[in-house]
Amino acid sequence: MSTLSINVEAENTKLASHDDHAHDHHDTSGDTVFGFWLYLMTDCLLFASFFATYAVLFMNTVGGVSGKDIFELDFVAVETAALLISSITFGFAMICAQGQKKALTLIWLAITFCLGAAFIGMEIYEFTHLIEHGNGPQGSAFLSSFFALVGLHGLHVTAGLIWMTILMIEVARRGLGKPTVTRLMCLSLFWHFLDIVWICVFSVVYLMGAM
Amino acid sequence: MNHNETHNDASHGTVKGYLIGFVLAVILTVIPFYVVMSGDFSKVTTLWTIITLAVIQIWVHLKYFLHLNFITEEGRANTFSFLFSALIIIMVVGLSVWIIYESNAMMMY
Repeated sequence: MSTLSINVEAENTKLASHDDHAHDHHDTSGDTVFGFWLYLMTDCLLFASFFATYAVLFMNTVGGVSGKDIFELDFVAVETAALLISSITFGFAMICAQGQKKALTLIWLAITFCLGAAFIGMEIYEFTHLIEHGNGPQGSAFLSSFFALVGLHGLHVTAGLIWMTILMIEVARRGLGKPTVTRLMCLSLFWHFLDIVWICVFSVVYLMGAM
Repeated sequence: MNHNETHNDASHGTVKGYLIGFVLAVILTVIPFYVVMSGDFSKVTTLWTIITLAVIQIWVHLKYFLHLNFITEEGRANTFSFLFSALIIIMVVGLSVWIIYESNAMMMY
């Protein structure tokens, strides 16, 4: 245990001195955030291919259920609201983090986490509900591509929630140092990006499907 | 310090910016949900409402939440890399759909 804490301390000092050093010449946090942005752009392409697959396959229901039969828009509206509100609460968390307000940052992050968890909970409920009624991903090409696309988004949100937990622990223990704020910046891009993907999901999958 | 603050405003946003973005996003989400759920509109109108408002909402999110802009250096780099991937996405999705639906139509003859 003591070795571990010494290691963490040593790493902190290393990070801090590295950061000071970097600051003298050039601030590298901007590069980190830009690099993460480029990753998100490649992630866009992954989502794009899933959307293309869905667009090609959504009519192939093999006489089974179509979007009109299984989508409940009130339910999706609540999911959308949870994700949309979590976007603005993360924005507030970032503003607090930049203002070095540790307690407020943690509170806003916790609220964001709860909204994200609510979204994932609803999605898991929707999936299990569909599978229980015999409309699992093996049902038809439509259902396969639906589960793949919505599930991929759900996995991203889950990853975001895990990342958020880790960063909340980091903020609580180390405070809002420059490396931590940079990590929060990356997560905020990730989170807002997922919200944009969700706009496409609810428009293309749910609204057009239920038309 | 002053320079630093204006820099933060441009690239990280303000409470006001987030609130404007949020209100716009809510409006742009509620309208298409209402149009589909009420079912009072023709299929073509509904479809175009969904598409148009989704595109506008994506733009709102990019501007107010992701702070894409053409003003700061970082903003420009982010914006151009986004525009490039948007081009690729339109090609991947648009051309896939076009090719598959055309070949499907050919099979019907």
